[in-house]
Order: sequence, then structure tokens, then C-alpha cells
Amino acid sequence: MPSDDVMKQATLKGIAGRDAYGLTLAQLGKENENIVVMAADALESTKGIYFAKEFPERTFNFGIAEANMVGAAAGMALRGKVPVVAFYGFLTMRVCEQVRTDICYPRLNVKIAATASGLAMGAGGSTHHGLEDIAIMRSFPNMTIVCPASPIETVKATRAVIADHDGPVYLRLVRGADFGGTEELYDREDIPFEIGKAIILNEGEDVSIVATGQVVGLALQAGRALEREGISARVINMHTVKPIDVEAIKRAAKETTGIVTIEEHSTIGGLGDAVCSVVCEECIPTRVRKIGIRDKFCSVGPTSELWSKYGLSKENIIDVAKSIVQD
Amino acid sequence: MEITGALVATLSKKAKENRQIIVDVFKGGGHFGGSFSCTDILTVLYNSVMNVDPANPKWEGRDYFILSKGHANGALATVLATRGFYSCEQLETFNCLDSPFGEHPTQKMPGVEIPTGSLGHGLSIGVGIALSLKLDKKDSKVYVLMGDGELHEGQVWEAMQAAPKWGLDNLIAIVDRNRLSMDGPTESVSMPLEPLVDKWSSFNWAVKTVDGHDVRALLEVSSAIPFRTGSPSVIIANTVKGKGVSFMEGDYNWHYGLLNEETRRQALSEIAEAR
Ligand SMILES: Cc1ncc(C[n+]2csc(CCOP(=O)(O)OP(=O)(O)O)c2C)c(N)n1
Repeated sequence: MPSDDVMKQATLKGIAGRDAYGLTLAQLGKENENIVVMAADALESTKGIYFAKEFPERTFNFGIAEANMVGAAAGMALRGKVPVVAFYGFLTMRVCEQVRTDICYPRLNVKIAATASGLAMGAGGSTHHGLEDIAIMRSFPNMTIVCPASPIETVKATRAVIADHDGPVYLRLVRGADFGGTEELYDREDIPFEIGKAIILNEGEDVSIVATGQVVGLALQAGRALEREGISARVINMHTVKPIDVEAIKRAAKETTGIVTIEEHSTIGGLGDAVCSVVCEECIPTRVRKIGIRDKFCSVGPTSELWSKYGLSKENIIDVAKSIVQD
Repeated sequence: MEITGALVATLSKKAKENRQIIVDVFKGGGHFGGSFSCTDILTVLYNSVMNVDPANPKWEGRDYFILSKGHANGALATVLATRGFYSCEQLETFNCLDSPFGEHPTQKMPGVEIPTGSLGHGLSIGVGIALSLKLDKKDSKVYVLMGDGELHEGQVWEAMQAAPKWGLDNLIAIVDRNRLSMDGPTESVSMPLEPLVDKWSSFNWAVKTVDGHDVRALLEVSSAIPFRTGSPSVIIANTVKGKGVSFMEGDYNWHYGLLNEETRRQALSEIAEAR
């Protein structure tokens, strides 16, 4: 490991998003010797370990000192290295000033991989839930935010942001293997991935569902269920939250009766708000209903139960979509 | 307080019971390594050192405790239960939906001053409590338990600078020095900490080291607090990660783990047989 058929491995049933990322990273390490990997005492769990085994001299464990690590990444990037730093999603908050001032302001080529984002560490409680990171990262100029929805998309996204993009990136990964209903269709290799370009997973006319990250699977399921009830749903995978695909949102606003957004994130400042600002600024009269965590610290609990409790469910998407169509 | 053989025996027995309960609490998986390394410390603190009232957790005259290494909440939740803050049955909800008890202390847990889990926060909070106790001329103490890996965080060193500035001799830091963090040994893999005693002393803390599994030694060191009038105290407790279960001891892979039927039985029997 890593083998050259990372893609094949990533499609294996059960592979976790973070492994798909880690394997791809190790592959990229072969192609570009400027890539360096940094971890903060979580090299194994954030899956830099595959890279570390191949390239120990290019791997740096900074201990539990995330802010120092991010500052050092800026220094590395100043000399042409391509630092990939990884930590759990909730730690984005701990380093956000270093990310803003030392990476985004000088527009340095540093890639941040946040694993276990959202409610992935459900039983960890609010200290370990990462539900504000998109909002914070969105507000930093020069930052690109990508949230892959499936292992195969993680492989493509990891390559795109590290090998094909120059500049700061926030790659929001999900921890587990269960991608919440992302079905075969979505694991197909032939769906192209381009930063900033939404993927229309299902063309529909009645209502649009815009999702990002792991919940794209739920959106797909909901879309199919609505279809069976005679409601035609457009399902949009907005893997890049910034820069957001303005055209895809404009079309959804014009061509369907309204938009449901869903994200494993606070409804403040995330995907839903990004969609709202597009429709408002473009003056397209429509209705947007946001699904996400509503200004709350969430309970302790298993991730799947937390998803249901806070409305990240197929059923809730269906209800909200119907409420728009039937209004 | 007199440190009698009977007291040492009672506390040792209690620590053993606590470890047995922790095995149950972590039936769905948990931070075994860091919970077992501080079980003796927590048992001694809560049962013989700190002034607390389990029936009234917010009692004015209490000593304060912050579990800065929040991932050891399985141990804290258990020690609070066996001290009488709530019943052991309540621990059955550990990690379940809406439970007050999760992998880290929550706002809903009786006896918990503040939620923790993101490492490196606790000592600063302790500085604030200690300062305000001084302002109000109260003689309660503030205990903050940290992991050694946690000391990597820069914020800890900021708090270490601040506490001596204001002569916070009501503040006691305890370092669970098990020499392992999540990725492996601190000295060779994550980030070296030595010379740790010198670092704390040069920051003007009064330092004592102790065997963190020796109940008598823990009692003795606690009875000497503050170690120096006008200075904050730090106890560097040398411990073993996963203490009490042979296959966990000293193995960083047991930072977080899950027992199966067989390993669970083995863990329980080893804990029961330990002196
Ligand atoms: C700020 C922060 N960074 C990373 C983590 C993830 N994490 C949880 S426990 C741990 C290792 C802790 O090691 P140590 O402090 O030595 O604790 P112990 O060995 O006693 O369990 C890490 C990296 C965290 N909880 N908080």
C-alpha cells in the first residue's frame, strides 16, 4: 500500500471516507515530492499513516498542538512545499486565526483535511461535534471548501484539491464507512468531478434538493421516494461549498418551485445560507428551506440517532420538499 | 487527615471497583487507556482529598475539579457515581442518545463544573476559578487533571505562565504522565516533553512527582498542598496507560478500544485479582 488502484479500493464496500482520502494522499506523494503531511497526534486516525509508511521523511507529527502545526504549514508552503494538514473537524475552530492570517491572507498552497466532521463523533458530545467549520471557513477570502459525499468522490476530490489546485483548501471528510444511503449510482467512477461545479444527480422539475457531504446520500434517497409519489425532484450534489456553483442554484431557483438544502452542519453560515445569498443577490423569487442543526449544541448519542433527532433524514427531506411543492 | 493502612486499603478497594464498573460503562467501546491511568488518582481525590458534597454538587464551599483530559470521562463518571453524586444504574445510558454521560463530560453531568474534551483548555479555566476564589477570599482549592500529551498544547503553557503571576497556591495541576498519547510514546512519536519537571519548575510552579497508582503516595503528596506558599502546585503522576489490564498496559492502541466477550472476561478477572 498504497497501490495504484486506489480507485478500486475506494469502491470496495465498506471503505471509509478517511481511508479513501489517506490512500489517495499516499498515491499523490509518489507523484509529487513536494507534498508533506502533518498531523497533530492523530496521524493514524486521520489516515496520514498510509503516506507516512511510504514517506516517513516527509511526515511530521506535531503532537497535540494544532495551531503550531498550521503555522508551520504556512512556513513550509512559503518554500514551495505542499503541506497537507489533518485534524478532527471540531479543531478547525482552534486554528482558525492561523488559517485566516497565515494561510488565506498570503494565499498559500496549504490543504487542510478535516476528518470526523459533523456529528461523526456523536458520543463525543458537543466538544467533538464539528458543526461550525463550513461557516468559519466560508468567511475567509481565498479559501476553497470541498465536501465529498462518497468514498469514490473522496478519491477524486482529494486528487483535485491537492494535485490540480493551487491555493488554500478545506477538505471536509467524513469518518465512517456508512455514507448514509449513497447508492451504486453514486459510486460510479464515470461521474466527473470538478471543483466548483455541482453535480446534478437527478434532473427534476418540481423541487430541488441541494446537499453537500455525507447527506447527499439521503438527498438521493429522498429524491427517489418523491419521484415514486409523482413529485419530480432535482437532486444536486454541491460538493464545493465555496466557490459555490451560482449557475446551478440560479437554474434550480428558476426551474423548480423551491429549494431544500441539507447539510450536516449548523444552518447558520453553511450550505443553506450560501444558497440563500445566491437567490437573494440574484433577485430570484423562490423559497429556500434549510435542513441542518438549528442553532443548538447537540446531544450525546450514536451518529445515526443524532441524524434522526436533528432532522437529517430522508423522511424530513421528503416532508420539507412536499411543503414547498404544496404551498 | 491521618493516612492509615485501613484508609489505604479502603481506597484501593474502591479503585478496583471503579475499574470494574468502567469496563461495563465502556461496553460499547471507550477510552480505556487514559481512563485506567487516572482511576487511582480520581478515586483518591474524590474520596479523601477534595471537599465535595455529593448531595449538593454546587455547594459553596466545595473544591473545584476540572477533567481537562475530558476523554477520561468514563473514569470520572464512574468515580462520581460511586462517590454518590448519582446512582451507578444511571451510567447504563453512557453514550446513548441524550444521555448526560458521553465520551467527554457534558453540561448535564452532576458534579461537572464545565464540559471538556478539547484538550488544553482546563488549566486556563482553573486559573480563572482560582483567581476568583482569591478575590472572594475563599479557601477552596482547584484541581485540574491533564494528560501528558495534552501538555503539547500551547494554551497550557500560557496558563502555566499566568498562575504564578498571581501566586495561585490554591491551584493544583495534576499531570497523568503515562508517556503515551494517541499516536504512541510522547518522547519518540508525538512530541517530547522532557525535562518535564524542570519545565514546570522554571515556570515557577512547585513540583512533586509521585507514583500515580500508589494510593498512599497520592494521599501523602496531597496532604502537602500547597507545596510552597504563594506558588501553584503541580503533581507529576507517573502512571501506566491502561493500568490494571495486562493487554492494555503501555499499549497506545488501547487509547480507545472495544472489548469482546473474551477480552472483557479477562479484563475483569485481572482487575479482580490485582492486589
Ligand atoms: C485539542 C485536541 N486535539 C486532539 C484531540 C484528540 N485526542 C483525544 S485524546 C488524545 C490523546 C491524549 O493524550 P494524553 O493527553 O496523553 O491522554 P492520555 O494518554 O492520558 O489518554 C487526542 C490527540 C482532542 N481531544 N483535543
